[in-house]
Amino acid sequence: MSVIADTPTRPLPARAPISRRWRKVLNALTAYSFIAPNFIGFAVFTLGPIVFAFALAFMHWDGSNPIRFAGLDNFWKLFSDRVFHAAFWNTIIYTGFVVPLTLICSLALAVLLNQKIFGRNFFRTVAFFPYVASLVAVAVVWNMMFHPEFGPVNMVLYTLGVDPSDLPGWAADRHWAMATVIMFSVWKNMGYFMVIYLAGLQGISSELYEAADIDGASGGQKFRFVTLPQLAPTTFFVSVMLIIQSFKVFDQIFMITQGGPGTSTLVLVYHIYNEAFISWDLGYSSMVALVLFLLVLVITIVQFRWTQDRDEDTA
Amino acid sequence: MAGISLHKLRKSFGALTVVHDVDLEIADKEFIILVGPSGCGKSTTLRMIAGLEEITSGELIIGDTIVNDVPSKDRDIAMVFQNYALYPHMTVYKNMAFGLKLRRAPRDLIDRKVHETAEILDIKHLLNRRPKALSGGQRQRVALGRAMVRSPAVFLLDEPLSNLDAKLRSTMRSELTKLHRRLDATFIYVTHDQVEAMTMADRIVVMKDGHIQQVDTPQALYDRPTNMFVAGFIGAPQMNFLPVTISKQNGVPVAEFDGNSLPLPTRLIDRVGVDYAGRDCVLGLRPENFHERPPIDVDPALTVPVEVDVELAEPMGAEVHLNAALRSRSIVARVSPRCQARAGDRLTLTADLSSAHLFDRETERAIGA
Repeated sequence: MSVIADTPTRPLPARAPISRRWRKVLNALTAYSFIAPNFIGFAVFTLGPIVFAFALAFMHWDGSNPIRFAGLDNFWKLFSDRVFHAAFWNTIIYTGFVVPLTLICSLALAVLLNQKIFGRNFFRTVAFFPYVASLVAVAVVWNMMFHPEFGPVNMVLYTLGVDPSDLPGWAADRHWAMATVIMFSVWKNMGYFMVIYLAGLQGISSELYEAADIDGASGGQKFRFVTLPQLAPTTFFVSVMLIIQSFKVFDQIFMITQGGPGTSTLVLVYHIYNEAFISWDLGYSSMVALVLFLLVLVITIVQFRWTQDRDEDTA
Repeated sequence: MAGISLHKLRKSFGALTVVHDVDLEIADKEFIILVGPSGCGKSTTLRMIAGLEEITSGELIIGDTIVNDVPSKDRDIAMVFQNYALYPHMTVYKNMAFGLKLRRAPRDLIDRKVHETAEILDIKHLLNRRPKALSGGQRQRVALGRAMVRSPAVFLLDEPLSNLDAKLRSTMRSELTKLHRRLDATFIYVTHDQVEAMTMADRIVVMKDGHIQQVDTPQALYDRPTNMFVAGFIGAPQMNFLPVTISKQNGVPVAEFDGNSLPLPTRLIDRVGVDYAGRDCVLGLRPENFHERPPIDVDPALTVPVEVDVELAEPMGAEVHLNAALRSRSIVARVSPRCQARAGDRLTLTADLSSAHLFDRETERAIGA
């Protein structure tokens, strides 16, 4: 037998028995105390303002005078507000172009820079640079490049034979302003999503391509039947992020067009900003914010459902 | 006709050459197995045949055509990968139909072929499942099925059983042999498992460090290995090697081992001749060449009693593997399950030298081979 049992042990001092229920409560409190610092910060700076904004959507408030209950006034106002209509459709147009264009450009870049080409890392850095560069700095450069009269882009177009009267006015032209903002957004963000796609591409087993080679697939068929389906989870993530980001766009518009000319590039968040901090109608701007929230929520739910259904169909 | 010829086939990655000027003729409808330890170049050779690896130099001929620059899809081959490489987003049906679909085969032909193949492989009930919902053995069958639907002239199999458990592996071995007979196609199979090689192949190619060591039928490899590597690689437990010196006793060459003279069979005496007198050699004895009692069917002049110290007895059911020390040399003897020897016992075994092998210690080549 072991000698461990022979060692004399001193009895523990008697402790008051703790009931099982109390022990559970104590355990829970300990756990809560660990998440408290983060949760308190989230509650004060995020959750509180969100709840307040929801409530404010049904109030009148100019930020200084007392808050008054407005019922559905702010809601009805949405239907008569032409600027809101413009902002709503501009947001849809912006998202409708930015999401697919960024998806295509970032995927194309990722596929290109996943090949064994000379200077691959340099080009990856170049593609990623706009994302990390200061928005203010790149917007200034962009505005210079696309300046209707002195910008090098129009100069090149002119050299290529475009008639001076047909040269685009870019950010200054109401017909071209949205296209300018869209191009800027795609260029600025594609590097970031390229990195995500690169990670996705590197996760695809090379054996699948070899199997496809043996099966007789061409380069294009391998992309269609192996790469794209294998990247589906990445594409889903990228598109969810892009859609949310596009609906929330503000800073890029602010730096390039300030929503103009007229309302040609005015988007929902810009309208919220104008209503809240230019017109000081915090109640109505909260209502627009609520509409934006519901819009993003519905689209994201639809997207998740669609992906789930597709997965089950092919399972 | 799908005979395959490898003429001076070489593969180098920069300065490193992994396959050295390999010459091999594979007959039409042959089941040939490339075997060797990891890094011996067997998979690279297979991948060159598949067209997945560029050939550095030499010629690869399938049928009558040099296919060095012919893409994989035009070589009339199919391949089964070690990790199956099934398309995870496609159902079993789509995985199997993919090759035919890319070749624009009519839909009803694809359907018939897939169902016929699924029937043969007993995977009909799995056709609508995706690979992640299959077990290892089922995936293996699907991978085989994908290769079979195109009815290629050559099947290339890269360690296809290595991910299966021992029992399933043995079942699949016999199924693959039957499948080869049924399909009537050339099979080139890569493995590091000499049991797979011995049980399935018409001929085995033993490779080491990018060189072919020997090409022969399984039994010929076992009986007449051309060098110590092949002798050690083929057979489990592996052949025992004892350092000996050749000397002459009454004009007859014998092998001197640790002060004892071991007689040599006539077959070896003829080969040793006069050249090897006084030379250092290695005597090779298979584990089954050690017996507990003197064998009755062997010339007593070719048997010697050897005293061994048992270090470990491994009962295998039908036999016992005795790991023992013979004058400080470790040997393994395969004896009957009746043998009661335990670790620490001293035992006298009879070494049967009638089927002994003799190798040159310097070149490691079989003497007279």
